[in-house]
Amino acid sequence: MIKIIKNFARRIFSGVFKKKGEIKLGFYGSPNAGKTSLANRICQDWLGEDLGSVSKMPHETREIQIKEKVLLERDGKKIEFKLIDTPGIATKIDFEDFMKFGLKKKAAQGRAKEATQGIIESIKWLDDMDAVIVLIDATMNPYSQVNITIIGNLVARNIPVLIVANKIDLKKADLKKVQGAFPEYEVVGISAKSGDNIEEFYEELFKLVKKV
Amino acid sequence: MANKKKSVKKVSNKTKKVSKKPVKKNNLTIHFMPYSEIVNEDAIGRIKKIMGIVLAQKIIILQGKLHPDEEARLIENSMTLIGNIKDFQGIEIAAISGENENKGLFNKVRHNIAKILVGEQDAITIIGPASVVKEITQDPKKIELMLQKR
Repeated sequence: MIKIIKNFARRIFSGVFKKKGEIKLGFYGSPNAGKTSLANRICQDWLGEDLGSVSKMPHETREIQIKEKVLLERDGKKIEFKLIDTPGIATKIDFEDFMKFGLKKKAAQGRAKEATQGIIESIKWLDDMDAVIVLIDATMNPYSQVNITIIGNLVARNIPVLIVANKIDLKKADLKKVQGAFPEYEVVGISAKSGDNIEEFYEELFKLVKKV
Repeated sequence: MANKKKSVKKVSNKTKKVSKKPVKKNNLTIHFMPYSEIVNEDAIGRIKKIMGIVLAQKIIILQGKLHPDEEARLIENSMTLIGNIKDFQGIEIAAISGENENKGLFNKVRHNIAKILVGEQDAITIIGPASVVKEITQDPKKIELMLQKR
């Protein structure tokens, strides 16, 4: 509670004195929702380089990854972002799940240990964000407690949220279900991999920044 | 008289020992936790209480809902225990409440006032160890629990 009040006060003061255009934009969500893919898409579109590596194996991102000075422009308006890609948040980690992807026991245990540390880091970084994009895999059930907990924490900290339903290029994707699960929020459907609907995403991103 | 007192004490000790017995491998224990049990606890106290039960391989059905910050701390806490406590793989958690239902403005205000005064009691939260609960799927109206094969 004290943490939330402190953060609220910090946000108000930093809002007064902050240099305009310096937005710390966090990418949050469950493992394999496509956080790094979207961060890479933005970095490729505006910098011509990637932010991090992606993999089908969950918990590929196990450390916070930052890309500074990402300048986005839309309708003549320029905004500078600091992109913060966070490890996927999960409530459980079983090293045996990594062994299914071909890792040896020791390597799998090591990866599991790093993944737990990554989740703790992700939660700690919640306080430092100016705005957050919550990535949801549109092919999965959106009513996961992880999504609800992340969004609940952002609301409690008064941090603007944009929900992005990723993987809409896949047959199993159900954008309406994601929108139905979070009726109070703006939900934009994209495919970070193929770039589907990415222009609408940028439009919503600029709208989000206005709330910071 | 003294003898009688002594024997009573022995019985109560025996009861304590029974409750501390580890849960048998094929037993499934569901612990119902009324809201009154956590209402006076702070966030650390609530998490400690919940983790104590989860580590005893029991599923908790909690009347009410944790604050999002408490949920985040619960996740943080369970992450620190993975690898440090044998066979602990984390938790499964799901909460369901009536707050998504369409309510009139008056009912919404009434609900929010009640929430401030007595906490969010019109919700149910299920928390279980991942070694017992394989998966919890939820939608606004139902929660389904899939247990691990034993």
